[in-house]
Amino acid sequence: MKIQERLTQAENRLMEVFNRTLIYMENVSVSFDGFKALNNLSFSVEPGEMRAIIGPNGAGKTTMMDVITGKTKPDTGAIIFDAIHDLARLDETEIAALGVGRKFQKPTVFESHTVFDNLELALKADRRARASLWWQETPDEHRAIDEILEITRLTRLQNRLAGRLSHGQKQWLEIGMLLAQDPKLLLVDEPVAGMTDTETRQTAELLKEINRGHTVVVVEHDMTFVRELGVKVTCLHEGSVLAEGTIDQVSQNERVVEVYLGR
Amino acid sequence: MTSHILIRSLDRDARFFLIAVAAIATVVPVLNLGLPESSPFHVPTYLVALFGKYICYALLALSIDLIWGYCGILSLGHGAFFALGGYAMGMYLMRQIGARGVYADPILPDFMVFLNWKSLPAYWYGFQHFAYASLMVVLVPGALAFVFGWFAFRSRVTGVYFSIITQALTYALMLGFFRNDFGFGGNNGLTDFKDILGFNVQAVATRNVLFSISCITLILSFLVCRAIVTSKFGKVLIAIRDAEGRARFLGYRVESYKVLVFTLSACIAGIAGALYVPQVGIINPSEFAPSNSIEAVIWVAVGGRGTLTGAAIGAFLVNYAKTYFTSGALAPYWLFMLGGLFIGVTLFLPRGIVGSLHHWAGLRRDRISAAAEDGVTAPPPDPQPAE
Repeated sequence: MKIQERLTQAENRLMEVFNRTLIYMENVSVSFDGFKALNNLSFSVEPGEMRAIIGPNGAGKTTMMDVITGKTKPDTGAIIFDAIHDLARLDETEIAALGVGRKFQKPTVFESHTVFDNLELALKADRRARASLWWQETPDEHRAIDEILEITRLTRLQNRLAGRLSHGQKQWLEIGMLLAQDPKLLLVDEPVAGMTDTETRQTAELLKEINRGHTVVVVEHDMTFVRELGVKVTCLHEGSVLAEGTIDQVSQNERVVEVYLGR
Repeated sequence: MTSHILIRSLDRDARFFLIAVAAIATVVPVLNLGLPESSPFHVPTYLVALFGKYICYALLALSIDLIWGYCGILSLGHGAFFALGGYAMGMYLMRQIGARGVYADPILPDFMVFLNWKSLPAYWYGFQHFAYASLMVVLVPGALAFVFGWFAFRSRVTGVYFSIITQALTYALMLGFFRNDFGFGGNNGLTDFKDILGFNVQAVATRNVLFSISCITLILSFLVCRAIVTSKFGKVLIAIRDAEGRARFLGYRVESYKVLVFTLSACIAGIAGALYVPQVGIINPSEFAPSNSIEAVIWVAVGGRGTLTGAAIGAFLVNYAKTYFTSGALAPYWLFMLGGLFIGVTLFLPRGIVGSLHHWAGLRRDRISAAAEDGVTAPPPDPQPAE
């Protein structure tokens, strides 16, 4: 009887932890041919939060995104999304359906579709084959796409093939596609790589705006950009968390300095 | 809603194509049946049969373009579905021979009597009914494609690996159908057909009707394919072709889309085979030969992938060239010409005939619209790519 009670208590405590987080990772490890890409990584993000992830090359930033989105299965550890979903058991499509959206490091858009069609494909809707066969655009959906075109400053280019956009425009289109998807959690991998200073600033503003309605995790190398975001920062190193805190705390952390500058 | 889909799906090319096929469907029989043989405009009956064959090939090319051009699935074994549809129709035609065969057995086809079989194998039951055979024409290729596709796409077999296993599939079927104890006439296949729905298959009128039906089927299949590729389903197919991973992360179940379109494509190929057999008068295991499937892929490449009209035009052109060259002094060199054509198209016209026309038109449109955009505001600066 006592054991039963204790178990229930432990369970309740665990549920409390889960309930306070949108994504909760505990002791997650992934290795590729003996190389530990993630090493007992524990990490969590609260609902509505924006979090920046930094770390040197090979720290496991992209692998972490792969594990959350189902591209890579973890060897050990738990990944709980929205308190009830065990992401380690699901595949990419199922995880996307739960509300996890992802922007890739290299902008990945559908090159032979127009900007408008790219957003239409990303727009939240029934994804099943039969539904798409009979799908008709509603005025509301058209308005939603117009709005996103406005936010991402692509209105004028809406009929251009995505393959003919500049690099920066593709990055924005991909962010726009994330918005159209309207996920609970947005994973954004290096959104300002290859952008000019102005574009970088604009992107920071865009992400802050998106953060008003969504939880966002941003992976980025660009420190000025991270500073611009002004959010809690997690520094990864060799597959686990090295430091966590404000950008000032993290950048003054001795170990972080050591890792970034070499000893 | 249906009318809306139809209007949306028919651009200028499509309308032109449909009118052309409809015109051929009426003009050829009229010139064949309506004019005396002495008239310079008379179309000889052998040409009606030949064009009918081309139309069936165009239908096969259409089915390949639907999966290759729009979803990036390169099947090098589509001839298998074509041949299976052909065999289903051949079985019906065999059962129609009845007691008129050489051995005059009212039930058993000649080759079974020859093999000393005493009774009809169970899988031949029902094929005396046209409706049942027609159902099998669609069902057998469709079911095979569904099962094959389900395993292949669920295991994420893509690209060249998929192409290779489709080759293996058609090759395995060929070896099977070559065997006498398989029950489909061994290497002789099914032939000596007498009539179809009571009409003599060899009769001039029947040939003309079969030709027109083939054209109508091509039109209907084209309309179905157009409706599909212009729907959101079609946009998802193109998205899968361009960036499969991205489509998955957007929440699309890629394998469902692939299995569905692959199955549909196999059904169309099966119908093409079923129309082909009564017009050609024979179906044998050589239709399963891997080279046939590869040839069909070449038609699509020549005409232009991802255009539908191009696939049909490519099938017509290449086969016309084949007929023309293989009946003259150049006959021994046809395969070299075909190979050369494929290399030439890949190098110099990678979009195929229709695809290149579209591309050039698109470039012109883009220049005009880009100029218009630049006139309104300066475009954002083009930054250097990160990698």
